[in-house]
Amino acid sequence: MKNKASSPPQGGEARPSRCPDNSAFKQQKLPAWKPQLTIATVLSSFFLTGMFCLLVGVCLILSANSVREIQIDYSDRCSDCSKLRENSSNWNKECHCSVDFTLKEDILGDVFMYYGLQNFFQNHRRYVISRSDAQLLGRNVNIQKSYCAPFTTYRNGTPMAPCGAIANSMFNDTIDLFYNLNSSVIQVPLLKTGNSWWTDKNVKFRNPKSYNLSSAFAGTARPPYWQKPAYLLDEEDERNTGYVNDDFIIWMRVSAFATFRNLYRRVSRIRQFADGLPAGNYTFHISYNFPVSKFKGRKHVILSTVVWSGGSNPFLGIAYLVCGTAATLTGFVITAIHLKLRKKKTYFQK
Amino acid sequence: MALSVDSALYRWQRLGAKSPSQTPSESTPLLFSVRDKPKLNLNKWRIIFPDNRTQWKDWKKTSTIYSGNRIQTTKYTWFTFLPQNLFEQFHRLGNLYFFFLVVLNWFPQVEVFHREITMLPLIVVLLASMIKDAVEDYRKYQFDKTINSSKTTVYDKEERAYVEKCWKDVRVGDFVQLQCNETIPADILLLYSSDQNGICHLETANLDGETNLKQRQVVMGFSSQNTLFEPEFFQNTIICETPNNDLNKFKGYMEQPNHERIGFNIESLLLRGCTIRNTEVAIGIVIYAGHETKAMLNNNGPRYKRSKIERRMNMDIFLCVGLLFVMCLVGAIGHGIWTGNFSEHPPYDVPDENGNFLSPALAGFYMFLTMIILLQVLIPISLYVSIELVKLGQVFLIHNDIDLYDEEADLPIQCRALNITEDLGQIQYIFSDKTGTLTENKMVFRRCTVDGIEFSHQENAKRLETHKELDLDDEDFAKLQHFSLPPMNIERPATFKRTMRPLRRCQSARAHFQGHARNRSVGRRDSNQSQVAFSSTIEKDVTPDSRLLRRVREAALQTENLSPFIHMRTSLTDFFLALAICNTVLVSTATEPRQRVTVPPPIKPSGITLEKIHQIFQRLKLASLSQSFSSSQSSSDLGASFSAKNTEEHLAALDCCDNDDCCASGRRDELHGKGSTDIGSTSLDEVFKSVTNSSLPTDFCYEAESPDEAALVYAAQAYSFTLVSRTPEQVTVRLPQGTLLTFDILYTLGFDSVRKRMSVVVRHPLTKEIVVYTKGADSVIMDLLEDSAKADISVQKKIKRIKEKTQKHLDYYAREGLRTLCIAKKVLNEDDFQKWANFRREAEAAIDNRDELLMETAQHLETKLTLLGATGIEDRLQDGVPDTIAALREAGIQIWVLTGDKQETAVNIAYSCKLLKQRDTVFTINTENKETCESLLNLTLEEVRKNYEVEKPQRRFFGIIPTSFSASEAPSPEFGLVIDGRTLNVIFQGGLEEKFLALTKYCRSVLCCRATPLQKSMVVKLVRRQLKVMTLSIGDGANDVSMIQAADVGIGISGQEGMQAVMASDFAISRFKHLKKLLLVHGHWCYVRLAKMVIYFFYKNVSYVNLLFWYQFFCGFSGSTMIDYWQMIFFNLFFTSMPPLLFGVLDRDVSAETLLGLPELYKNGQNSEIYKLSTFIITMLDAFYQSLICFFVPYLTYEDSDIDVFSFGNPINTISLLTILLHQALEMKTWTLFHLVTMIGSVVFYLTFSLIYNAACVVCNPPMNPYWIMEKQLSDPTFYLLCLITPVIALLPRFFIFALRGTFGASLILKAQQLDKLPRGQQDLEIQKLRSRKQTASGVPASMDDLDQNISQLCASPFLHLAAAAVSHGDTESQGFSASEVKPLRKQIPEEGCYFFNRWAEEESSAAGACSGHHPLVPSRVRTPGEDSDKLTKDNGHSFNHGSHRRSVSAVTL
Repeated sequence: MKNKASSPPQGGEARPSRCPDNSAFKQQKLPAWKPQLTIATVLSSFFLTGMFCLLVGVCLILSANSVREIQIDYSDRCSDCSKLRENSSNWNKECHCSVDFTLKEDILGDVFMYYGLQNFFQNHRRYVISRSDAQLLGRNVNIQKSYCAPFTTYRNGTPMAPCGAIANSMFNDTIDLFYNLNSSVIQVPLLKTGNSWWTDKNVKFRNPKSYNLSSAFAGTARPPYWQKPAYLLDEEDERNTGYVNDDFIIWMRVSAFATFRNLYRRVSRIRQFADGLPAGNYTFHISYNFPVSKFKGRKHVILSTVVWSGGSNPFLGIAYLVCGTAATLTGFVITAIHLKLRKKKTYFQK
Repeated sequence: MALSVDSALYRWQRLGAKSPSQTPSESTPLLFSVRDKPKLNLNKWRIIFPDNRTQWKDWKKTSTIYSGNRIQTTKYTWFTFLPQNLFEQFHRLGNLYFFFLVVLNWFPQVEVFHREITMLPLIVVLLASMIKDAVEDYRKYQFDKTINSSKTTVYDKEERAYVEKCWKDVRVGDFVQLQCNETIPADILLLYSSDQNGICHLETANLDGETNLKQRQVVMGFSSQNTLFEPEFFQNTIICETPNNDLNKFKGYMEQPNHERIGFNIESLLLRGCTIRNTEVAIGIVIYAGHETKAMLNNNGPRYKRSKIERRMNMDIFLCVGLLFVMCLVGAIGHGIWTGNFSEHPPYDVPDENGNFLSPALAGFYMFLTMIILLQVLIPISLYVSIELVKLGQVFLIHNDIDLYDEEADLPIQCRALNITEDLGQIQYIFSDKTGTLTENKMVFRRCTVDGIEFSHQENAKRLETHKELDLDDEDFAKLQHFSLPPMNIERPATFKRTMRPLRRCQSARAHFQGHARNRSVGRRDSNQSQVAFSSTIEKDVTPDSRLLRRVREAALQTENLSPFIHMRTSLTDFFLALAICNTVLVSTATEPRQRVTVPPPIKPSGITLEKIHQIFQRLKLASLSQSFSSSQSSSDLGASFSAKNTEEHLAALDCCDNDDCCASGRRDELHGKGSTDIGSTSLDEVFKSVTNSSLPTDFCYEAESPDEAALVYAAQAYSFTLVSRTPEQVTVRLPQGTLLTFDILYTLGFDSVRKRMSVVVRHPLTKEIVVYTKGADSVIMDLLEDSAKADISVQKKIKRIKEKTQKHLDYYAREGLRTLCIAKKVLNEDDFQKWANFRREAEAAIDNRDELLMETAQHLETKLTLLGATGIEDRLQDGVPDTIAALREAGIQIWVLTGDKQETAVNIAYSCKLLKQRDTVFTINTENKETCESLLNLTLEEVRKNYEVEKPQRRFFGIIPTSFSASEAPSPEFGLVIDGRTLNVIFQGGLEEKFLALTKYCRSVLCCRATPLQKSMVVKLVRRQLKVMTLSIGDGANDVSMIQAADVGIGISGQEGMQAVMASDFAISRFKHLKKLLLVHGHWCYVRLAKMVIYFFYKNVSYVNLLFWYQFFCGFSGSTMIDYWQMIFFNLFFTSMPPLLFGVLDRDVSAETLLGLPELYKNGQNSEIYKLSTFIITMLDAFYQSLICFFVPYLTYEDSDIDVFSFGNPINTISLLTILLHQALEMKTWTLFHLVTMIGSVVFYLTFSLIYNAACVVCNPPMNPYWIMEKQLSDPTFYLLCLITPVIALLPRFFIFALRGTFGASLILKAQQLDKLPRGQQDLEIQKLRSRKQTASGVPASMDDLDQNISQLCASPFLHLAAAAVSHGDTESQGFSASEVKPLRKQIPEEGCYFFNRWAEEESSAAGACSGHHPLVPSRVRTPGEDSDKLTKDNGHSFNHGSHRRSVSAVTL
C-alpha cells in the first residue's frame, strides 16, 4: 500500500551525478488517457445509459408482475389466541385457530410459504449479537463468555441450549395448509426441509456429537420461552432436529428489517399440486404460540412464487425505468443547450 | 597606552551614566568585590577565572555555575522514553480521539465493536510514531556520544602540561590547545596563535556554510608575545557577556592583576563547530561551553509548518465533529423515544446481564456514546496518514524533476519541508531578495571613471557577452581569450595562465551526464567541488580598456622617467592602488589555494643595490609629493589634465609609450629566459621586471568576503596593479613597472552597512605619507568629499567638474544596473594621525558603546576625501528572470523585492527583470518623518484610488471572478512603489501599516530598498498577517534567513552566499527561474491533487458512514450495523485507499507545458477554488445524496423480503464501494496504467477478500457471522442489478454537472485540458490565441520597450515636489528656499492633486550633481537640492546614509 510512489526502481542513487532520472514516471510524463467530457461522449453516455436502463426496467417490471403472491394477516383473526398469549403465564396452553382464504386463480410453479412478522426488530443491536455460533456448531463452549447474556444459564446454572435472545424468541407457530376441494379437505403437502441455505444446514449448524440427540443435549435446558427442548424441534425427522432444524436455522438468520418474512414451507409438487396451487378455497390451521400483540406486532402468512429477479417487489424495475427516463431526458436537455449555444461565439466546443 | 585606557574608562563612565542599571556591574572592581565575596553578579556578566594553579579556587567556584561542555540533544532517556513519548503523543488531538473511542468501547453498555478492534488503529499509530521517535532519538544520542567523546587537548594544572581530554570534560576557564584542522570544542577566547601576527584562521562552514576563511585575532596585548603561551602566567580575569545566540556579536574585557582592562570582541572568539585552518597551534580559554555556546544556542530545531489546506481541513474536521454530534444526538433521541414506546419489553429488546432494562433516557445517553463509536469514521483520521503519504510522493516527484535540476551545481531541488507542497500552488505574494536571487551575485568589473573620464571597457563588455559561448567550449575559450588580448599587453603570459588554470579545473570538475542532453556551462560553482570559495573565470578575467591601459602605462613610464609633470597621471595610480589595497581580500597562490601568501617574497637585490632602489623611491616620492598625493590644491589639477584640450598631447605620449612597451616586453622575455641575470641595463623598468619575474609567482587567488571586492582586485590586476600579499600589518602590491610596494597598514576600518564604506589607513612606503583610501557607496562618499572652499576658484571649478562628471557617470552606471562604488583618498599629516590613532585605541579598548565609539572614530577619519574615481560592477541578471517574473505576475502573484541594496540599483534591476514596466507609474517614498510619511501615503493612495475608479471601476468586481478572462491585468497605468528602509521604519513605528498595505494593494510591484534583514521579515509578516495571504520568500544569503522563515513558504537559493538561506528554507533551488516551474506546475499540481484528495476523503467517509446512520432508522436506533466490521475497517484501509493516494500523487489535470504556457491557470489555486467552504458543503451534500441512494435503493428493493442483516449489508457495501471508486474515476483527469490497475485492483481485491473471508470464517468473528454471504449474493441476479443501477443513480447528478461544465462551461482549466489534447503545434497556437485574447480584453499593450531615457517616474516625495517647484522657478539651485516657502507649497500639492514627473535626462542630472556638489558636507540626507531646505527632515536628519536618488532631480508638473 505504501509503495505507491516509489514503485519503479530508483536508480538515481547509484550514479555519481545527482541528476534525476529522465524516466517517464519521475518526470510525470507517463502515457495517459485523459478522458474529456466532450459533447459526443456526454450525449452518448447519457443516451446509452438511458436506453439500457429503460430496457432492463421493462424486463424487471414484467417479471415482477408475473409473481403471484397472497398475504394473510392472521394476528387479528386469531384474537382469542392473541389475548391468551398476552399473558405469559399461559405459555403452555395450546391455542389453535384457522384462517380461510380463496385463491381466485392458480398459483403455478414453486409455491413458497412464508411467515411474516411486522414490527419485530430482529436487527436490534443487542438482539443481533445475542447468540453463540460456536454452540450452534455443536461445540461444547462456555456460553457464559459468549454474547448470549442474559439468556445463558438458568439460576441453577444449567446452560441454555441454544443460548441467546434470538434463539429464545424463536417463532414457534405451526401453520398447516388445507385445500378445500368439493367439501373434502386435503392437506397440502409441505416440505419443511431444504428451506435454509445449504451451507447453514451443513456447515454452520451442527448438533453436538453423541450417540443420540437427547444425550447430546443432556445437562442443558431449553430456552425459557421454548415449549420443548431443541432436540425435539422435529420429532419426525432425525436430521431436522436440534440445531440443524430448518425453522431454527432460518430464525437464526436475523432479518434486516423490522418487517420481514421468513421462509416456512414449500409446497411439495405432488398429486394435484404438481403445477402449484390450484384456485379454490384454502384454510390455514395455525397453532398460535408466538405472541406479537405486546409489541404491537403483526403476523402474516404468505404464499408466493419467485422469479429470477426475486419476489413480487417491483421497485427495482421502477428504479431502472426512472433512471433510464432521467438519463434520456438529460440527454435531450443537453442536446438542446448544445444546439442553442452552438451559434454563440464564446462557445469553446469543437 | 595607559593614558588611552584612562580616557576609555572615562568614556565608559560617561556612557554608562546614561543607563544607571549598568553601572554597578561595570564599576565593580573584580579584585575587590569578587575575590572577597564569592557572590557574583552573573545576571549580566559572565566572569571567568582561568583554570590554572594561581586561580583555581576562584575557578572552582565559578565553573560549577556554568554548564559543562557535554551536550545532550536527545529528548528521552531509557527510562523516561515510554511515559514521555506516550505523553507527547497524546498531545495530538487525533490520538486523543482514538483513545477516547477505545475507552468508550470498554464499557459494555456502549460497546459496538470488539474492544481489541477499536484499539488496533490506536496501537498501530502509537507504535509507528514511537518507533520513529525512538530511532530519531537514538541517532541523536549516538551523534552526541561521538561529539562528546571527541578529543581535544586541555591544559592540566596538576601536570602543568596539555593533556588529551574528551570534549565533554572541557570546562569553562580551561585552556585549550588547538591544532590545525581541528574542530573547536567550545567557544574559546583566542590568547595565542602560532601565527606571528596573532592571527588564527577559521572555517565556519559548519556554522553558516561559508567556505571562505575568517580571521580571528589574538586578544590585544597577547599578540606581541613571541614565546609560547604559558597558562600558569595567565593572571587575568575575564568578564564578558552572558551566553547569547548572536554569532556576530561578543564583547568583554580582561582584567589584569594591576586593574588594567583589555577589551576584546568577536574578532577574538573561536566558535564551537568551526575548524582551525592555516594555523599550527592556537591556544585559548573556554568562555562558553556545551549548550551555552553560540553555535548550540543557534541550533533551533526545524519549524513545523502547517499548510493552508491543512488549516482549512482542520476547520472542516470541526464541522465534521459537529455533524457527528448531530447524528449521534439524532440516534440518542431516536433510541430514547423508540425505547419509551413500549409498554412491555418485547423479546427483541434484550436486557442486560442481570435482566434489567435501562430507562429510555439512560438508554438514549448510552446510545449517544455508542453512535460516536459507530460513526467514528466520520472524522477522517485516516486522512492525516494519507496526506502524509501523498506529500511524500509529491515531494519525491518534485525532487526528481529534471527541469529543476541545476547541472552546473549538480543539485536537484531540495525539499526540506515535507508538508507544505500544496502551499506552492497558493502563493499570492512573493518576496524576493535581489542580489544572488534575481542576479547571479557574480560581480564583474564593467566600467570605471577616473578623474571624470569614463572608461567604458568595451572589450570587457564584449568578453562578457561572449562568455557564455566560451563556457561551452574550453578550447575555443582559450583561443578567443588569446586573440582578444591587446597585442601590447605586458601581462600576457600571466593572463594566459590565469585563463588556463580554471580551465583545467573545469575539465576535471565533474562527471558526465546521461539521459539529459543539455550543455552545461563550466565555471560556475566549481568552487563547490574544490571547497574553496574562489571566484569564477568570468569574474577573474577583466579585459582592460585599451585607452585606460595606455594611460596607466604612460603614467608608469613617466614615473620612471621622473618627469616633474607627472601629477596628472598619479591619480590613476592612486585609483588602482586603492582598488588593490582598500579591501580585506586574502591572497593565496594558485598552487596552494589554502595557503595564504602572507609574507611578501623577499626582493632579491639581483645586482641592484638597496641604495639605488631607495634613490628611486625618493625620487618617486618627490615627484608625487610635489603634486597630487597630498593636498587638495594639487588634486584640483587632475580634472584639468584630462580635459579635452590635451588629447593630442596624450595621444603622442601614448604612442611613445606603446613603442616602449613593445621593446620592454620583448626584452623581458629575454630576461626571463636567462633567469634574470642581466644586470647591466640601467633601465629601471628592466630592473624592476627582472626582480619581479625572478621572485614572484604570477598567479594569485583572491578570497574576498564580498564578491565585489574580489572583482575590484581583479580589475586592478588587469591593469597590472597586482595584490601580492596581505597581512594585517602589511600589504604588498606589484606595480605595472614590476615594483613591489609594501604598505604598512595602520588601520583597517571595515565595511559596515551604516557607514556604507570601508577605509584602510596605510603608510606609503616611498613617500612615508599616511594615506587613507576609502571606498564606499557613492551617496556617502560624495558627501564626504573635501570642501573646496579654501582652494582658489579655478581649482574649485575643476574639482566641481570632476565631481559632476563622476556623478553623471555614476548615475549612468546605476541606470545600467551596475553597482557603483566611489574611490577616494585622503592624506593625513602625522600629528592628525596620531591624535586620531589615540582616539581609535581608546575606542577599541572600550567595552560598552564600543561600537558607537568605533563608528565615531571611523567617521571622524573619513572626511575631506579627495575623489579618485568610481567603478561600476555588474551583477548579472540570472537566466530567465524576466520571463519567470512575467509568468509569475501573469499568474496573479504580487512580487515584492526586498533588498539591502540601494534604490537606484534596485530600481534598475526591477526594470531590467520586467518587474516594473517602462510605462508604469512609480511612486518613491523616502522620508524619515512620520507626518510626512503619513501625508505621502494618503496622497498617493488618494491618487491611485482616483485613477482606479476613473479608469477601471470594474476591476474589483472582476477580482472576485479571477478565472474570467477580462479580469486579468489592468489597463494603464500601473503603479510601482519604491520605499526604503528608513521609511519602512517610520511606517512600522508610526502605525501606518494599514495605509501602506492599502497602497501596495494597488501597486503592481513594491520595491523595498536598503532594508535590513529584520525589516525584510517584518514586511513579510505584515503582509502575511494583515492581508491574510499566502506568502513566499526567496533569497540566498544569511540576510534573507529571517524573511525566509517569516513567510509561509521559504525558498533558499543555493548560490554563492553560503548555505544559511538553504538551511532555513523549505525548498532549496539553485536558480530563480526554477521558481516558475516549481510554482506554476508543481505548485498547481500539488494543490489540485491534494485539495481534491482531501475533499474526496471527506466525501468518502461521510458517504460511507451515513449508510450506517440511515440504517439506524430501521433498527430502532440501536447501533446495529449491517456490514461486518472487518469489511468496514478494510473498506477504508484497503479497498478505497489506493486510488485516492495514487490520485494525490500522480493526477495531472493540465499538462506541464500548458501550465507553463498559461500561467493564469495558477489563479485556480491562489483563490483556493478547489477546496473552500462552498465546495466542502457541496461535497457533503453530494455525499449525503449518494449515501441515501446507496442505502435506500437496496432497502426498497429488499423491503419486506426474507433478507437477513448481512445479506442486506453486503450489496450496500459493494454498491458503496463502486460508487466511491467511480466518483474517484470521475474526478481523475489522467488515467495511466497505474490508475487503471489500482481501480480495477481495488474492486477485485474487495471481491476476493469478501469471498475468502465469507467462506473461510464460520465462527472466527463472534457474534457477527457473515458466513457465505458474498457467495450467496453473487449467485443472485438482484445483486448484480442493484450494483448496476445504484451507482448510476448516485453519480448521475454529479456527472450531469460535470457534463454541463465540461461542455458549456468556459472555465480556463477546462480549456487548458482541451488544449492538452491537441497536437503540439496547434496547442502552442491556441495558447497564443488565449493569451492574446486576454491581453486585448484588458487593453494592455504587451510592448516591452527597452530601457530608455524617457522613463517617466512619478515621484511622490516632498523633495521632488520642491524640486518641481524649483524647476518651475527656473532655478535649479534651490537651496535658497526657506522652510516657510516650502510649507505652503507642500500644502498646496495635495489639494491640487497633481503628479510630478521627473525625467532622467542627462543634462538635468548633471546639473543636479553640481547642486549637490555645493553641499557635500551637509550631514543630512541629500536627495535633491530641495531637500536641504526641508526643515522636517533636517531636524531628524542625523543619519549617515541616505537613499539618494540623485538622478531624480527635475520634475515636471503633470
